[in-house]
Parts: sequence; structure tokens; C-alpha cells
Amino acid sequence: MTPVRHMLGTIGRAAFLALVLGFFALPLLWLASAPFDAHPSITASVPEFTLANFRALLDNPYALGSLRNSLIQACGSAALVVTLAALAAYALSRARVPGRDALLYVLLLLSSVVTGTAAMVPLFELATRLNLIDTHLGVVLTLSGGLLPAAIFILKDFMDATPTSYEESARVFGASPGQVLRHVVIPLVRPGLATIAVWAVAGVWGSFLQPFILLRDPDKAPGAVILYTLYTEGGAPRLDVISAFSLLYSLPVVVMYVFVSRRYGFRFHGGIKR
Amino acid sequence: MIALRGLTKEFPGGVRAVDSLDLEIGDGEFFALLGPSGCGKTTLLRTIAGLETPTSGRIEIGGVDVTGTPPGRRDVAMVFQDYALFPHMDVTANIAYPLRIRKVPRAGREAKAAETASRLSLSELLDRRPGQLSGGQQQRVALARAVACHPKAFLFDEPLSNLDARLRLEARTFLKRLQRELAVTTVFVTHDQSEALALADRIAVMSAGRITQLGTPSEVFRRPATTFVASFIGSTPMNLLPGVAKDGVLRVAGAEFPLPDGAPEGEVLYGLRPEYADLTTREPGEKGAFPGKVAVVENLGTAHLVTLECTDHLLQVVVPEGAEPPPGTAAWAVPRPGRALLYRDDTLVGGA
Repeated sequence: MTPVRHMLGTIGRAAFLALVLGFFALPLLWLASAPFDAHPSITASVPEFTLANFRALLDNPYALGSLRNSLIQACGSAALVVTLAALAAYALSRARVPGRDALLYVLLLLSSVVTGTAAMVPLFELATRLNLIDTHLGVVLTLSGGLLPAAIFILKDFMDATPTSYEESARVFGASPGQVLRHVVIPLVRPGLATIAVWAVAGVWGSFLQPFILLRDPDKAPGAVILYTLYTEGGAPRLDVISAFSLLYSLPVVVMYVFVSRRYGFRFHGGIKR
Repeated sequence: MIALRGLTKEFPGGVRAVDSLDLEIGDGEFFALLGPSGCGKTTLLRTIAGLETPTSGRIEIGGVDVTGTPPGRRDVAMVFQDYALFPHMDVTANIAYPLRIRKVPRAGREAKAAETASRLSLSELLDRRPGQLSGGQQQRVALARAVACHPKAFLFDEPLSNLDARLRLEARTFLKRLQRELAVTTVFVTHDQSEALALADRIAVMSAGRITQLGTPSEVFRRPATTFVASFIGSTPMNLLPGVAKDGVLRVAGAEFPLPDGAPEGEVLYGLRPEYADLTTREPGEKGAFPGKVAVVENLGTAHLVTLECTDHLLQVVVPEGAEPPPGTAAWAVPRPGRALLYRDDTLVGGA
């Protein structure tokens, strides 16, 4: 009896896992096969190999440019978020600020509102008055504003975990605050900074609504927005171009993730056991 | 020379970590700040370093008032309890860091780092990261980093507490020799009385932000000024027994001693170190011995710590190897002449 039940349990578990795995793997399988299929559909199938889809994509005047725009907006936001969040997190971690925790939680709460759909109208109004409509800067500032609170929150934890004796030691040797930050603090929290950078790039890369609303000129639109325009005049999705573009669109993020995880990873060059 | 005048450090919330403290530390002196945790010794050291701003009072280093000077311009080097070696730099870069701040060219500071490292026998480790070093090596790198910048004074915060017990003795000897060779004024903080006794030229015993006693290790050990110092100093705590002095006779726990000249009469505390008494199992003729029964015998290696149950009180005596009586035997503790101390209101009033 028991072996049978055991076997049934194993089969059940395996079947369940296969189902879950299939659920997540099939879209990826589609992403791998459809771009090379002569007649892509919305199902994953063994492709009838061709590179025609990519050729068709190159004919689209905005496709490759949009990836460059994505890159500009993502890297710009990541640079801004990492710089500002690092400075803010360091200050919040080291200085005595009354009501610091409440401030952080309120910021975190508001961040989902700032870039959220609800604030889109005032944001658009604000961008118009500041002449930021149809500029990369407008998109970068808006998206950074949304990412910053969470970034500060996460980085503050990293900063809190770094003993102050490192900084004090540098200070006693005569290092200026800027030198302390450059020589000691930033190298120590580098894994945290890398995490935030990757997270910001990935977040901006996938953003659709903000660039869609803030940018008029398709020459400045990022990949996510251009993907939305790949339809025929009749309104039917052009699966050949969409699939090829999807693959190109997702590659940079994957490459970046692999690179950063190799390069920085989550290790701390520990000194002493604490 | 380091001079502190009326130094007070009060933290927000009203805690006085350092309370109007006056202290002068001589050139080349190896000076210990000793006290239990929370007595303000680390705050005092950090105030000297400039990491804490005093609420009032002045600090002078080498005759210059540095009270308002930022830490980097005081020309002191501090070794932290956790050594604070920068984990992302190798040993060379760590030792050379103070010189990097002073804009010494790379070649010059690397040469200096190599020279300092060889002096502290670290030459083999120059390319390693702190994470790849043992505790003792890390401590030596931290010392090398302090030595490399030729400061007017060294400040050590619990320099030995992060090492294991065996290494601690070795490092202690090393530290003392290094300080002798460099002859740089050194202030160190410790909660370990044996460390302070072994290393320091002078000790300041601190309690609640004030100096309770200031003196050489032997002064502090032989004549503790208060019962607090008496119970704090010494690896086995001093016996403190209540007694009464009356009509020229001191009566303590079943023993009677003639009261020395000038000692006050009335209720006193009788202090006697366990090392300064002899134990005998034969009844002595005189009354100057504590009668009791052996309750506990603890092996200390080369000696035994015998706890004697006297009338109403416990008395501890250190007995040489092989002379320890079995538990339960009747024994008498005879204090060595001139070694006992009398305290009244927690303050030393005389010897007995």
C-alpha cells in the first residue's frame, strides 16, 4: 500500500511541477522559436527556419532606434537613481533625522502613486509646463522619481549593515567626507549599487505608460512603445515582426543581468566575523 | 603629551559618558583606560580622536588645543576594536591608506608600506585581502597602518579583545615591545584588568564617566583607592569582609587584629587579596587568623583557589599546588602582614 501511495505522490508531484514549468517555459519557448519561424502564430511550434522576420524588422524605421532610446532612458534613469539613492541612503543611514523611518515609509507608499496611472494627468501637465514633453529627460526624471524611494529604502539597509568603524578609521587618517564616500563607502556597498542599477534598468526597460504618454515623436519612443505599434493597417498584430522584436528587446536585459551577477554578485569581502 | 581639562561629554538624553575629567598623559607613555562596559572609556578615547565632540572642556595634544580640530588634523592614529581594515583593499593599500590621503605618490607610499610591513613581519601577506588573514595578522596590519603615518599618538580601542585567548598573550607582548620601540604616546581602552596591568605604564580606572583611580599598575593593584577598584582589579576578586574596629582591635569574620595606628574606629570593610593569605590546617596560636571550613576547591593550574566558609562569610585564598586541603576540612587563613586594606564608605582609609 505504502509504496503505491508513495509512487502516486511522486507522480502527482512531478505532474504538478511539469504543469507549472510548462506554464512558465512555453512563453519563453515561443520567444525562442517564433522569431525564426516563417509563419509564426501565437503558439510555440518547431519553426520553419528563416531570418526573414529580422529582415522585415529592419525595414521598420523605428525598431532599432527604439532600442537605442530604451538604452538611453534606462541607463539615464539607473545612473540618476543609483547616484541620488546612494547619497540619500548614506545620509539617512548615518545622520540622526527625526521621523526618519516614517519618512521612508511614506516615500515608499507615495512612490507607487508618483509613477502610477493615477498621477498620469498631473505628471503630463507638469511635464508640459516644464517643457519636458517629448524629451528623454522628461521620461528619465519621471521614472527615476518612481524608483527612488524603493531604491533609497533598499540601499539604506545596505548602508546600515556596513560598520561605521571603516568610515571613522578613514576619517581619523584625515579623509574628507568625499574621500570617505569614494574610498570606503561606495566600494563597500557596491553589490547593493549594482543591484539597484540592474533593478532600475529592468524597470525602465519594461515601462510603457510613461514614455507612451510623455513622448510624441516616434523617433524618441523606447522599445516597449514601438512594440505596441507593430500592427498592420487593419489592426492585426504582425507576429513575424513582433516576435523578432521581442527577442531583440529582451536580450539586453538578460545580458546585463548575467554580466552584473558574474561581476558583482552578492559577496561581501568580509573582514572579521561579527 | 595629551592633556584633558574639564572634559565632559553628554549624549542626547542626558547620559554623561565623560564627566568633567582632568588627565595628563606624558610623552611616550603607554596609558590604559580601564573600566567595565558603559563607564565612558571608549567615549573618552573617541573624544580624544575627534570622533565625538566634547560638550565642554578642552583637549590638548602636543601642547596644541585640538578641541575643535577635525579628527584627520589631530595627528593621531586609531586602531579600532574590529580593526576596520578596508575589506576591498589588499594589505599594501590598507597600510598605505593614510599616506594616500596625504597625497604621497604611489611608489613612495608602497615603499613605506612594504617597510612598515616587514617591521611587523607582514611581508608575505602584502597582496592579501583582510578577509584572507587570521585575527592576529589583521591586528598587525591595523597596527602597521597606524605606524605608517607616524602620528603624535596612538589610540587603541580594545586592541586585544578580538583575538582568542592564546593569541592574546602573544599579541600583548608584541604590542608592548612595539610601543617601547616606537616610544609614541599611546592610549588604549580595555575592560580586561590583566591587559591593563600587563601593558600600561599608568592606568586610569574609570567608573561612571570619572576616573576612580590613577596610578601605576602596582599602585592600582596593591592599594586600590575604592572598593570598586579593589573588586575590579585582580584576576581573583579581592575578599571584602565587613568588620568592626573598636578599642584598638579589629574584629572581622572570627578573626581579631590589632588596629594599626591612625586607622579610624567603627564599621569598616576589610579587604584582602586571595593571593595575600596563607592557608593552614593546624590551628594557629594567635587570633589573627580566619577560622573556617573548606567549601570549594578550584584548580587554577599552578595554584588552587580555596573558598573558606568562615563565620557568616566566605573567604577565598590562593593555595600553591599540592598544598590544597580537601573540601570539608577545618582550616585557618592567615593574612600576610601589611597586605590587608581597610575601607570606609567605599574609600581606602588604611592598611592592616
